[in-house]
Amino acid sequence: MKFINYLEKISGVSIYPVISLVLFSALFIAVFIYAMKTSKESISEMENLPFDEFK
Amino acid sequence: MEVQKFSYDNRIPRLFAIATISWGVIGMLAGVLAAFQLAFPVMNLNTEYTTFGRVRPVHTNAVIFAFVGNAIFTAVYYSMPRLLKTPMWSKALSRIHFWGWQLIIVAAAVSLLMGYTTSKEYAELEWQLDIAITIIWVVFGINMMGTILTRRERHLYVAIWFYLASWVTVAMLHIVNSFELPVSFMKSYSWYAGVQDALVQWWYGHNAVAFFLTTPFLGMMYYFLPKAANRPIYSYRLSIIHFWSLIFIYIWAGPHHLLYTALPEWAQSLGTALSLMLLLPSWGGMLNGLFTLRGAWDKVREDPVLKFIVVAVICYGMATFEGPMLSLKNVNAISHYSDWTVAHVHIGALGWNGFLTFGMLYWLIPRLFNTKLYSTKLAGTHFLIGTFGIVLYAVPMYWAAFRTYFMMTAFTPEGQLQYQFIDVVQSVVPFYALRAIGGSIYLIGVLLMVYNLVKTARQGRFVESEEASAPPLLRGYKAPAKAHWHSKIERKPVMLLILSFIVVAIGGLIEMVPTFLVKENVPTIASVKPYTPLELQGRDIYIQEGCNNCHTQMIRPFRYEVARYGEYSKAGESVYDHPHLWGSKRTGPDLARVGGKYPDSWHFNHMLEPVSMAPGSVMPPYPWLFEKEINIGSTNSKIYAMRKLGVPYPEGYEAQAVKDLKQQATEITERLKKEKITIGSDKQIVALIAYLQRLGKDIKAATH
Repeated sequence: MKFINYLEKISGVSIYPVISLVLFSALFIAVFIYAMKTSKESISEMENLPFDEFK
Repeated sequence: MEVQKFSYDNRIPRLFAIATISWGVIGMLAGVLAAFQLAFPVMNLNTEYTTFGRVRPVHTNAVIFAFVGNAIFTAVYYSMPRLLKTPMWSKALSRIHFWGWQLIIVAAAVSLLMGYTTSKEYAELEWQLDIAITIIWVVFGINMMGTILTRRERHLYVAIWFYLASWVTVAMLHIVNSFELPVSFMKSYSWYAGVQDALVQWWYGHNAVAFFLTTPFLGMMYYFLPKAANRPIYSYRLSIIHFWSLIFIYIWAGPHHLLYTALPEWAQSLGTALSLMLLLPSWGGMLNGLFTLRGAWDKVREDPVLKFIVVAVICYGMATFEGPMLSLKNVNAISHYSDWTVAHVHIGALGWNGFLTFGMLYWLIPRLFNTKLYSTKLAGTHFLIGTFGIVLYAVPMYWAAFRTYFMMTAFTPEGQLQYQFIDVVQSVVPFYALRAIGGSIYLIGVLLMVYNLVKTARQGRFVESEEASAPPLLRGYKAPAKAHWHSKIERKPVMLLILSFIVVAIGGLIEMVPTFLVKENVPTIASVKPYTPLELQGRDIYIQEGCNNCHTQMIRPFRYEVARYGEYSKAGESVYDHPHLWGSKRTGPDLARVGGKYPDSWHFNHMLEPVSMAPGSVMPPYPWLFEKEINIGSTNSKIYAMRKLGVPYPEGYEAQAVKDLKQQATEITERLKKEKITIGSDKQIVALIAYLQRLGKDIKAATH
């Protein structure tokens, strides 16, 4: 059950923060575009969901 | 279309609300006790069940999993059916969830006080309870998904996204962090060792804060704040961005708990970078909450519910500003191991979690009992007392942290450390006393709430269920042509669940996989050898007494630490430590290199009466270690388990282990005898001395 160390070295480790930044930026932009493009009606429908529990 | 009749059940939310309040009082009482113990060691009451090392995990577990946990379930079981226009999927599962969770809490408190602990922070419970938690968590998840799949409202409100993401992430964290090999009925060893164990532990620990204390409470904020203010959330668009960016970033930030430790440098930097980015979504959420009240601030003056929620959201903003700052390495150098961290988490726990829960309860209980709050004035008083309690708690802790830092780092002109550790302890004891008073005041406020809510319930009549009606969802729904792709996700809860899981799994994988797979990340040191059987037993006694709650075993590479404790700690030194015992708080000095620093007799006297060796110490005495015997019968299974986990004990060493153990114990008692101390070689103190005398020796042997 021991972890075997497969790689001897880790080179170019600075790529990790870059990967994370790129991944996050992509997700952020996608979500941002979506949020901005959603129509006013559906936003207002969704934000009022807590208020129509008995309707 | 045909309209269906159904009802919202109030019994389960009421049960969870009662549990929230009861465990809240108990958990905070344990916290107040622990706080007074640090100021006045006599409050340890001289029994093994009430020492700080055991009370502190009870406090943290009770507050996080019992108080906050039940508050989350109250909110979910109340808001989810109403947002989805359907009762909870299964009444039986709801009840199993409720009673199962309460049973786990009771078993947790009892077992922690008895000394059964894994030592991993916020995951101290032993393996049976880990399994029980998993089962109940799955029950909760099935019930939630069942409810969502039988809903009568097509769209999932943002609160439900937060509930779902919290559920799936907590499941992942709990399972990954709890991999452990049972040794006996009440003992297990972590699957991971040293650096890897620390990384998994703080990936878990940090995200327990994120996905147990934060995201479910954001779900609560998105439901109860609009309800209490009677107006929709400020920007639903912002809430979408808030949700995805928050869950994506949070999972990466764990390594900021290990800055300047033996964790590989790249992992530390990654943790810092993502922690800084975390500020943006956190503040997006806070502003979304506060702006909801735009033009309605006059209501906040009148309504205690809104008062509590507003201060809760502000505390969330403060804590999530402070968090990224604490992740900067230069700030972390000051805050780590100090009371600053304690202050930081209590801004979150007392302010954000506590006040949001109180706000919810003041809003919910009158509705469950179809009446008005018994006394709005008393609730206002609770608010003032509670706020004052938080301030009186936090300010002395910040003060103590900086004082500690300045004293610890002070050198005389000759280049010697200016203060002994004990000088620093003595100078912060008054702050500990103030903090304990602050906590007590906060608790008094909570007791006022209990009185107020009991009175409210008494004057009203419990509404067991509320009737409602809605048309069912039609199969084969086609979205309007212009609908956006994300609205599809919102309609498809399983997809939402899977996407959330992918988003949170990415960060964990990128962080952990290299640490586990790359050899260079954990350089091995030839002179580091496995513990002897006696030392291994001693280590388990160290864990049983919760020594790691006050003592670290991780020296950071600073002049003032190296001068005080010795050579800084290397990753290779803890490769056989299942689990790691790096610790996170130094109420006492670091012990990574305590081995050989004092004679055996010093440890003997110190454990029996700490102030006899270190006048002014706040450490409690441990007289029972001098009476209780080492569980020698468990030696073989412990050696066997360790070998299974990769510790290189030779094959068949079990035949030899007990003999070696007894021989080493006899050596120690002989040495003690020379100093006129007589003790049986089978007593627990002997094993503990063996372990303490071993710490840091491997490296010393190599350098001298």
